[in-house]
Amino acid sequence: MKINWFKYSSPQTFYPLAGKMIPWFAWLATILAIAGLYISFVIAPTDFQQGEAYRIIFVHVPAAWMSMVIYIVMAAWAGLGLALNARLSAMMAQALAPTGAIFTLLALVTGSLWGKPMWGAWWVWDARLTSELILLFLYLGFIALQSSIDDPRRADRAGALLALVGVVNVPIIYFSVKWWNTLHQGSSINMGAAPKMAATMLLGMLLMALAFWMYTVAVGLMRVRCIMLERERSADWVKALSLGAK
Amino acid sequence: MLTAQGLACLRGDRLLFKNVAFELSAGGLMYVLGENGSGKSSLLRLLCGLLTPEEGAVFWNGQAIGQDAELYQTDLTYIGHLNGLKDDLTALENLQFGARLAGNVVDNVAALKALTAIGVARCANLPVGVLSQGQKRRVALARLWLTRSKLWILDEPFAALDTASVEVLAAQLSAHMVNGGMTIITTHQDVAIQAQSTQTLRLSA
Amino acid sequence: MNEAWIIVLKRDLLLAFRRRSDVATTLFFFLIVSSLFPLGIGPEAAVLSSIAPGVLWVAALLAGMISLTRLFAADFADGSLEQMLIAPQPLALLVLAKILAHWIVCGLPVVLLAPLIGLQYALPNESLLVLVWSLLLGTPALSLIGAIGAALTLGVRGSGLLVALLVLPLYIPVLIFGAGAVAASQHGMSAQAHLSLLAACSILALVLAPLATAAALRISVE
Repeated sequence: MKINWFKYSSPQTFYPLAGKMIPWFAWLATILAIAGLYISFVIAPTDFQQGEAYRIIFVHVPAAWMSMVIYIVMAAWAGLGLALNARLSAMMAQALAPTGAIFTLLALVTGSLWGKPMWGAWWVWDARLTSELILLFLYLGFIALQSSIDDPRRADRAGALLALVGVVNVPIIYFSVKWWNTLHQGSSINMGAAPKMAATMLLGMLLMALAFWMYTVAVGLMRVRCIMLERERSADWVKALSLGAK
Repeated sequence: MLTAQGLACLRGDRLLFKNVAFELSAGGLMYVLGENGSGKSSLLRLLCGLLTPEEGAVFWNGQAIGQDAELYQTDLTYIGHLNGLKDDLTALENLQFGARLAGNVVDNVAALKALTAIGVARCANLPVGVLSQGQKRRVALARLWLTRSKLWILDEPFAALDTASVEVLAAQLSAHMVNGGMTIITTHQDVAIQAQSTQTLRLSA
Repeated sequence: MNEAWIIVLKRDLLLAFRRRSDVATTLFFFLIVSSLFPLGIGPEAAVLSSIAPGVLWVAALLAGMISLTRLFAADFADGSLEQMLIAPQPLALLVLAKILAHWIVCGLPVVLLAPLIGLQYALPNESLLVLVWSLLLGTPALSLIGAIGAALTLGVRGSGLLVALLVLPLYIPVLIFGAGAVAASQHGMSAQAHLSLLAACSILALVLAPLATAAALRISVE
């Protein structure tokens, strides 16, 4: 069966579809999160070096993964929107940015919570933490640029270009920070030196990552619905919708 | 020949106009009329390729203007409501820079002749920053005496000009059309311009 | 030589020459920022020379950044930018000419002044040389990357601060390699690798930034 993708790329048809999809993703996120947390906090064994404190990596690592994945997905949507002049793609990019920023922040906070018992300091200039911090700056730049431009079309296109420039730069930044880190601190402090992964720990992390992913989709769809209503407030289908609700 | 098909322009979430279509052939003059805020300037910028239309397309000699942008831009002279002059350069320097950017080499004599034609020769060596509004406008319009492009798109060229300059400019426009050029113009003033054919495009919100 | 990009370069240099005070502002900014650190930290030569690479590079980075908002703003306000956009010339090339002019006016003086300030920070001679080389290879990347930010924020309210937010994270690799080169030479190591990486950053920026800036200008002028 051939699906007419272009039909779903118009806000008018995507709006109700997104509304139907949100509960599914929300439920999936909840179930996966409960399973993931159960494995992480109850089933996974206590680490013989770090004790219970290590369990924060079940949140930290998936959050860090998601923060990077979301940036790439966001840039892909933005690039698609720029290339095809598709409104929906740009709206998706805009909707994903806050979630990405929140995961980045979560990765930073949990990283520093983990760092305190491990190294006795809330913040260490570890290569990964530093890269996360810079990623947060990139997200904030994207959000700030989009919100300071009034014309939505210009905001979309300027944001898209910035996201693409960011995506080209992320590997360079990551490499340079790693290089800087090895030069200045050696490899004595390294978040990568996580406890040797047992299979249950890996499963817990994967479940949490999937839960975060489903959460991202659900929240992204909710936000994109809000953006659609705001952008298209003068369109007939939005007016019909608000009349129907009364 | 310049052809526009089904043009629509959206600024913010306001639709300025839609379904704008026209055809302008050699020697033709087109007035774009409409109230303030009806999208006249936006239409002109759209025809220059500065603005992408929400819908529709513009064709130059049967080819979409984005296809071979340099070809179209060689044939185009646009004077918007901004003069495009640098305050720190003299009138002569400004004219020469503008001409070279458009691909013509213009020497001092030719540039001075253009300034003389529109009556600002005595400002030739003054920095544009010290000139009055009307004088600046005339320096910008002096480009029309130097350009060889076929299509002129002019946004309110007569505003801020005195009566004598208006007549000089109208004569230059008429000469352009007699030679087979085309002009698209917005204006609030009633000025007689001769053309092989004259048409009016009225924009209404 | 009537190539359009040379014309643009000449025009921008002429304009900068007629507004010499603008050029001096950038330079004074660099001078003042880098003079503040010894006042805040203390005049101990060992401390100063250990922070010198980072401080001088950050100061150069900030000096380059505050002048960015001027790169396109004046042309945007008086309509010259529109004319460049519809000129029958490759826009990326005209943009490159403008960036080159900006670098000559704002970047090069900083490069030339840096060894003088390096002396104040008690940097040894060989490190001073590396400092100049690192700035010479790295500051073009700053101007090139910065141009993208300047073009994106054109005509946006609060664009000065916004440019900082957009551009500074992208400057980080240049900062790391640049300051790293000077630090390496201080520790008696070869700065070769750092300098090569800096040059690589500048070349990559040279290829991609004018295209991205041209696209950003088209978006912003709409």
